[in-house]
Amino acid sequence: MEHFLSLFIRAVFIENMALAFFLGMCTFLAISKKVEAALGLGIAVVVVLTITVPVNNLIYHYLLADGALAWAGMPEVDLSFLGLLSYIGVIAAIVQIMEMFLDKYVPALYNALGVFLPLITVNCAIMGASLFMVERDYTFGESVAFGSGAGVGWALAIVALAGIREKLKYSDIPDGLQGLGITFITVGLMSLGFMSFGGIDI
Amino acid sequence: MSEVKETLTQPILRNNPIALQILGICSALAVTTSLQVTVVMCIALTSVTAFSNLFISIIRKHIPGSIRIIVQMTVIASLVIVVDQVLKAYAYEISKQLSVFVGLIITNCIVMGRAEAYAMKNPPIPSFLDGIGNGLGYSVVLLVVGFFRELFGAGKLFGYQVLPVVTEGGWYNPNGLMLLAPSAFFLIGLFIWALRSWDKSQVEAPDYKIAKHTAVEEAA
Repeated sequence: MEHFLSLFIRAVFIENMALAFFLGMCTFLAISKKVEAALGLGIAVVVVLTITVPVNNLIYHYLLADGALAWAGMPEVDLSFLGLLSYIGVIAAIVQIMEMFLDKYVPALYNALGVFLPLITVNCAIMGASLFMVERDYTFGESVAFGSGAGVGWALAIVALAGIREKLKYSDIPDGLQGLGITFITVGLMSLGFMSFGGIDI
Repeated sequence: MSEVKETLTQPILRNNPIALQILGICSALAVTTSLQVTVVMCIALTSVTAFSNLFISIIRKHIPGSIRIIVQMTVIASLVIVVDQVLKAYAYEISKQLSVFVGLIITNCIVMGRAEAYAMKNPPIPSFLDGIGNGLGYSVVLLVVGFFRELFGAGKLFGYQVLPVVTEGGWYNPNGLMLLAPSAFFLIGLFIWALRSWDKSQVEAPDYKIAKHTAVEEAA
């Protein structure tokens, strides 16, 4: 249990998807002007990451990895080169299924997330988490902890940035830095702040 | 001819994918700690963008509108798999350093964005050039950031010692912050500042302007 908790905390703070690995930057910068929108997107990312990373983990271990098809009587088959194509397919499919499921059974949440759900397919944080999971060879349990941690970390970062940007619009910024430039510098300072979590170990 | 030049050079500074279109920043920052890795990443991304544009443009009239995203994704993912396998075969060390970021070219918004915005509407050859141009625009930013990070972070360029560091008897005290995540954000921010000071038309209008202070004039 402790191991999973430590993995979760690491994924949220120390190895924050957005601030330490620069993943999901495009949406991170584009949808961080308002706290409400950022919160909606953050929640969607948490949900999608918590589902896709474990599913990709199962697919990798039972279909793609070297010798994974032994249960089907083909122990010498290595399909790991198909990884990238399968992961993105899984992500797109899960996002689509989730959209239909929410539309049918939880319309309130569906309306709250609105346009952000389909956007998530092309969010690098989702794909990145799946690839990290494969590279670090996580087990199924670890991948659940890592996936949810990565999602929570990303959501935390985007909501914090949106909060800063809401206040930032009242400040007098040099012309060239207006908009994107100052956002980058703000994110840099935030990332500096998150670095101070380094070394925390449970 | 001038049109060809336009498609090729416009995205480099005037319409830069990273600095102006806000595309493809995701993988841009993580691979810039050393120039060698940066160059490999730039070549990988430029070739994927160019060829995905070319192939998508060739089949653009046969793709039904409702499933075009899936088709584009499949084309891009296949190209990235090719690049990934080539890197693993011929530059294993560098492919280890790039780790997940080669795979992340799939979700790089530049590739997808150009396929959707340009290749779906234009014939193959201009699409191919547009892909190369946007790849170069991405490369310019990455190379600038990579240059400063490696030079000031480790005193090296392409792995060769340029500034002799203190630990090896030289005079330069390397700035470790340059190799960490925050400096990449600062450098891109400054790059955007420099670019927009040079080309004023890229400056964004502020959302909110503070009203002029008039109390003194009224009093007088």
